[in-house]
Order: sequence, then structure tokens, then C-alpha cells
Amino acid sequence: MSTLTPNIEPPVTPEEKAPSADNRWEGAWRDILGGGLVRSVLAVVLALFIGSLLVVIVNEDVQAAAGYFFSRPSDLLSAAWDTIAGAFRAMWEGAVFSPRGGFKPLLSTLSWASPLIAAGLGLAVGFKAGLFNIGGRGQMLIAALFVGFVGSNLDMPFGLHLAVAVLGGIVGGALWASIVGVLKARTGAHEVIVTIMLNFVALYLVTWLLKTPVFQAENAGGNAKAKAIDSTAVFPTLIPGTDLDIGFVLALAAALVYWWLMERSTTGFRIRAVGLNPHAARTAGINIGRTYVVTLAASGAFIGLAGAMQVLGKVPAGWTPTVDAGIGFDAITVALLGANSAVGIIFAGLLFGALKAGSFPMQIAEGIPIDIVAVIQGLIVLFIAAPPLVRAIFRLPQPTRRGLRDRLRRPAPQTPAAQTQSASTDQSASTAQGASTDQSASTEEK
Amino acid sequence: MSTATITETDARASVIETPRNWKAPIAFGVFAVVSFVVFGLLGREGTSRLTFASSTDFFTITPIEVPSQGAGIVVGVVLIALAAVSAWFTWQRRPAAPMWMLLAFGVFFVFGLLVWIGTGATVPVVWLLTGTLALATPLVFGAMAGVISERVGVVNIAIEGQLLAGAFTSALVASLTQNPFMGLLAALVAGALVSIILAVFSIKYLVEQVVVGVVLNMLVIGLTSFLYSSVLNKNPSVLNSPVKFTREPIPFLSEIPVIGPLLFNNTAITYLMFITVAVVYIGLFHTRWGLRVRAVGEHPKAADTVGIKVNATRFWNVLLGGAVAGMGGAFFTLGAVGAFGKEMTSGQGYIALAALIFGRWNPLWAALAALLFGFAINIKTLVTQVGADIPTEFLSMIPYLVTILAVAGFVGQSKAPAASGKPYLK
Repeated sequence: MSTLTPNIEPPVTPEEKAPSADNRWEGAWRDILGGGLVRSVLAVVLALFIGSLLVVIVNEDVQAAAGYFFSRPSDLLSAAWDTIAGAFRAMWEGAVFSPRGGFKPLLSTLSWASPLIAAGLGLAVGFKAGLFNIGGRGQMLIAALFVGFVGSNLDMPFGLHLAVAVLGGIVGGALWASIVGVLKARTGAHEVIVTIMLNFVALYLVTWLLKTPVFQAENAGGNAKAKAIDSTAVFPTLIPGTDLDIGFVLALAAALVYWWLMERSTTGFRIRAVGLNPHAARTAGINIGRTYVVTLAASGAFIGLAGAMQVLGKVPAGWTPTVDAGIGFDAITVALLGANSAVGIIFAGLLFGALKAGSFPMQIAEGIPIDIVAVIQGLIVLFIAAPPLVRAIFRLPQPTRRGLRDRLRRPAPQTPAAQTQSASTDQSASTAQGASTDQSASTEEK
Repeated sequence: MSTATITETDARASVIETPRNWKAPIAFGVFAVVSFVVFGLLGREGTSRLTFASSTDFFTITPIEVPSQGAGIVVGVVLIALAAVSAWFTWQRRPAAPMWMLLAFGVFFVFGLLVWIGTGATVPVVWLLTGTLALATPLVFGAMAGVISERVGVVNIAIEGQLLAGAFTSALVASLTQNPFMGLLAALVAGALVSIILAVFSIKYLVEQVVVGVVLNMLVIGLTSFLYSSVLNKNPSVLNSPVKFTREPIPFLSEIPVIGPLLFNNTAITYLMFITVAVVYIGLFHTRWGLRVRAVGEHPKAADTVGIKVNATRFWNVLLGGAVAGMGGAFFTLGAVGAFGKEMTSGQGYIALAALIFGRWNPLWAALAALLFGFAINIKTLVTQVGADIPTEFLSMIPYLVTILAVAGFVGQSKAPAASGKPYLK
């Protein structure tokens, strides 16, 4: 992430740093307050607040009450409160727990979250290498093509069929994304432009292919609609009678794979090295071009898994070119909110999954258009992307940028002057101490 | 004297060292051979009737009957010749794909395509061109917004959002005031407002500009759709029935065949588009403002050294770009459709971005690229109208494919301003 959001903080002045410098625990407290987690939570709160404000402003009851605000101001407040309370209640009952369905809505949240998590992981792989893969839509569509072909045109026993279909999606997504990698490695073409353009190419290619006999459903006429998936390849549901299928298990498995890939494998090390500093990586003997191709292929593979989840889990009766459902773009927000960490992405995916699951009951019960979710999502990401903004709004302190382990090992310098002096040496020292300390120090950056 | 000889030999040595880049001639060659085979050898039997008449002409041009296959072969041969010229240029170490060649290539290719599609039917050229202009108008505005913003060093992926914001606001304001010019003004403001977020986040908070752009697009799509469903659509007769711009034919000029209906019988917003392109071009390359903008976008440090306020210049010009895109958005509601619809820009902002890149960040070329892309969109309508059995999806892909070729260096060097996308820190 460091290359993508160059959070170049303004230089810390001695005045700012002074009060906390004499106590090591104050520094730790400041890190917690100014750190990534608190900031993410506050960004979500702020976005929900602005979203609620929007909902209140456009509400007709509120507008009516605002008309006679000066004669009875309490009416406006109660109308506003009713609107917000109604919206959140509908959201809660649609996403977590409802008196009628018990925890069934929670399962539907998990089901919405699964492709978001998978695709979010894909985006995160790219971010780690400093690559921005906006091509999720195209990669999901091409993945859907592969999944659909395996799922409806091949005959295989239950289990194997499912596995091959999912694998097909992963391969399809990876292939389509690696076009971008090859172009970037060989010609220097910017991945953002190429992925945007390939989204549209994939859309038209898939639309055309879905009208050809190989893919088109028998009764679709002139419409682009795919054949139904064979029952041997459809995702089995985990709990009968609910939306939850094995897609969620796959998403969790993908998160595990992502963690291993990034934290334990040589490939992941190369990806991170190229992301942190391509020139240094090249000097260290890493083949940058090949790393770009591998990164994008891995990114496309995760996104392809999301495509498989959509085709085999959500619309097995026959998918259309809208099968991606905007997940390719939502995944950007998931990866950014999740700070590119496997656990973070799972939680971010769950949050956005809950917003999606809750938005439909909210639209039906309270008449609030589901588009509010996109607004909230966009706002969250804007706030996440600009740490100084959130810090300024909530008057949070600037984090000290010291790692926890580093803090425990060495007591904080005693005088403010010493603290400021050691600002530069502090960083080089923690780098010398090895990657583990440095990592915890830089988690704030993400 | 001696220094001159040294630099001369140095230059020659360095020239010999650089390998020839055959990408452009290869790309041209592939396109040319495919056209030769599809339009010519496998071409469709019959003739294509091209008509040029419209009702207001003061004299009529007689329709031309073109034998499709013959024309296809001629077009194919011309394209192959152009590819050969490009190869010769490469051999000579000259730029292999100058803009004029791309343009000629595009025009001949389009002619071949037109005749091929129109086999056995009538192709109303004037109708086709006016339709193209209408489709291309928001693209041109969007591309100009991109030119201004990227020339000053801020990547503008948010063109889509700016167009959509302009479309929404102009529909609302023009409905409330019953005056399209107020709507246009509101669109300018809305586009600039979207730009403010882009500018603040990318210049002040140093957030990756592409991320901001993409998120802004999501945000504007969400916001306009939300407001459309919850406000506009509750009372469409008052809030979403804007007064459209009317066509203002220019006396005499509008009666010239082909050119008249195309250029001189348009709405105010289309005339504004022509003016905008000219102003941006002249402004960018022949005024002090343009010099500063380009300096900030190419080498901000140098600009700073001579006293130009880099970040302030960026901020105000990104706003200007947003306002220009907002005008393009107004065209959707006040020029074409006449009401706002959810996500009505449907990815046009991204085509504008493609035109900007294909036009190599130059206002004139970008405008021409936008027109070419508009034509590619419009030709789909022609296909359905003449009932030709051609999958239109491949026509729709053209803008995106040629843009990929452009950024991959297959159609000559397409380079962004050097500091575009990089935040400037003193």
C-alpha cells in the first residue's frame, strides 16, 4: 500500500511531539488512537453518519417537519430520529438478526461477503506490489466464461465437477489479468488504463459469446444468457434453507492462501519487495517484469474465484454479463478498508456484505434506495485513504511510528529534544533490527 | 568547430545503438491485412449506396453507388501501403506512426467498414455524421477535462463521475428554473465540485490519484442514483423535466450540404464544444497559462524554481477540468435525452479517457479520437438499421482495443505528461 497511498506525513514539530515523549505508555496510547484500526472504525462511523444525514435530508416527513421548524422544532428531531432508527433497524434485521428469521440474515451477510472477500484479496495482492487492478469486472466475466463452460458443457461426477469448475474460474481470471501483466512488463503500459479498457473488451466479448450456441441458454432468444449449471457443479448449501453455500468456506480458505502467499512464500516476498521499492528489488536481483506478471495472475486468480462464486452460487440457473454485480469495484474498497491484511479483508468484506444484505430490506421497509450503500462505501474509502483528514476531524494524535516490540525493548527517550533528534536514527535502527519490528511499525502506513 | 564534430559523431553513435522499434508497422500491417481479407477478399457482393442529402440543402449531392468488394480491396491496398510507409519510416528511424498517418488509417478503415456494412442498403452519411457528433460531444468535453487535468499533473479517472454529476445537476436546475443555461451553469459547478474532492485528496492529502478517481466515480454513481430514486423520481414533472437546448441553425452556412447540418445546425452546447476545443488548444500551447500548466505537469520542480505555485496551479486547473467535464454531462440531459436517468453516462467517461490517451494528451487529437470513438459507437445503430448480420460487440470493442494498443506503444509513442500522477512536495 505504501506505494499507492504515499502517506507522506508532514514533518513532526518538536511542540507536537513533546507532551508524550516522557512516558512510554503515552506514546503507545497515541499509537492506538492515531493508528490504523481506530482510524478505520472512525472512517466507517463518519461515513455512516454522513449517509444517515443524506437519508434524513431527502426524507419527506423530515422535509415536512422542517417547514414549520420554528414553531415546533421537536417534530423535526423526532422525524429525523424515526428515519434513522428505521433505517438502522431494517439494516440490522436484514444483515444480522431479525425476530422472524433468527440469525438467518447473518448467513445471508456471509453469503454476500464471500465474493467480496475473495475479490478483495485479489486487489490486495496487486496493492502489495504497487499495482492497481481495476480490471476485476473483466476478470470476473472471463472467469465466469470458464466456469460456465465447465459447469454446463462438461459431464463429471459430483465434487470433481465442482472443483474443476472453480479451478476453471481461477485460471480464467488469472489468464485475463496476466495479459495486463505481460503488457506492463514488456511495453510499460500502465496497468490502470489497460485494466479499465480490458473490462469493456471482456464485457463485449462475453456478451457476444453468450449469444453463441456453445454458451447460450436454449430459451434465451437474442439475449445474452448462459446455460444453467449442472446440478453436479452447483455450490451445495452449508445449512439447508439458507443462502449460505460453500462459497464462504472457499473465501476463508482463500484468505488463508493469501496470508501464506504474502507472509510465508518467496513469491510473496518478491511481490512485497517490488511494491516497496522496485529499484531496490531490481538491484537485489528480483525480476520485476516477471513479478508483475505473477502478481497480476495471482490477483486475477482470487478475483476469478469470486467469479466462480457468483456463477456457481448466486445464479446457477444461467448467468448474464451482469454477473459481476460490481464486485470488481467493491473489492477495491474492501482491500483498502482491510489494509491488505487477510484478517482485515475478511472483516471489511463482512461489513460490506452486511451493508448489501441489509440494504434490500431497508429499501422495501423504509423506501431508502440501495444506492446509499455505494455512497457509504465510497465515503469510507475516501476517509481511509486520507489519514490526516480523519485525524483532523476527530483531533486524533499523530502516531509515533514506533513498533510495539521496539517500544517494549527500549524505553522511550526521556527528553523532547532527544526524541526529535532520534527521529531519523530511530527508523534506521528499527530497520536494522529486522523485518518483524519494521513491519509492526509500518502497519500504520497501510 | 571541434565540439560540433564531437556532438555529431556522438549523436550518430547513439542513433545506431537504439534498436528499431517495429511495433507500430506490425500493428498497422495486421490491421491492414485483416481489413484487406475481410472487406476485400471475403467482402460481400453488391453495392453500397451512400447518400449525402438533407432537407435544408440549397443544392443536392447525388448519392454514390459503391461496389462493396471493389472498394474493400482498394481500402485494403491503401491500408497495406500505409503500413509499408510506416515500416519505411521505422527503417529510416523516423517516428513510425505520426498522427496524420493514424488519422488517414482511421478514415480509410472507417470508409471500408461503412461500405462493407452498407452492402445492399443505403447509408445516410449525413445522418451518420450528425449522430456521431451528438454521441461524441460528451466524449470531447470529457477528453478536454482530462487534457487540462493531466497536463497539469493530476490523473483524472473521475471524468465519468464529473459527467454524471453534471448531467444530474443540470437536469435538476434546468427543471426548476426552466432555463437550460442555468442548468449548464449548474453542471459547471457540479463538475468542479467533484474535482475539488479529487484535487484536495490528491494534492493536499497525497492520496494515490487513481484510487481517488475510481472511488469518486463510485461515489457519484451512488449519490446521483440515490438522489434520483429518492428525490427526482418522486416528482419527475417538476424535478426531472428540464428544458432542452434547441437547435440554432446559423443562417446560410447551415444550408451547405453535409457540412451545414453537421457543423452549423446545432445546439448551443455543441457550438460550445467546438469553442472549448479551440480555446483549450490555443490556451495550452500559445498562452502564458498553458505554458505554466505544461511546466507544472512536466517538471514541477523547475516550475517551482521560477516562481510558479505548483500546487495552486494544479488545484485551480483540476477544478477547471471538472467544470469542462460538467458541461459534457449537461449535454446528456439538456442536449440529448432530456431527462436524467440512473448511471446514464454508462462508461462514457472511460471512453473519454481512452480518447485522451489515444489523442496523446493533445486537445486537437483527443477531440478527433473522441469523434472516431463516437463514430464507432454510432455505427452500431447503422448495423441494426440496415439489418446486417454482424456482431456489433466487436465494433464496440474498437475504442478500448486501440487504446490498449496505444498505451502498449503499438501506435507510436503515447506518453503522459512526465509528472502526471505524482504529487509535488517541496
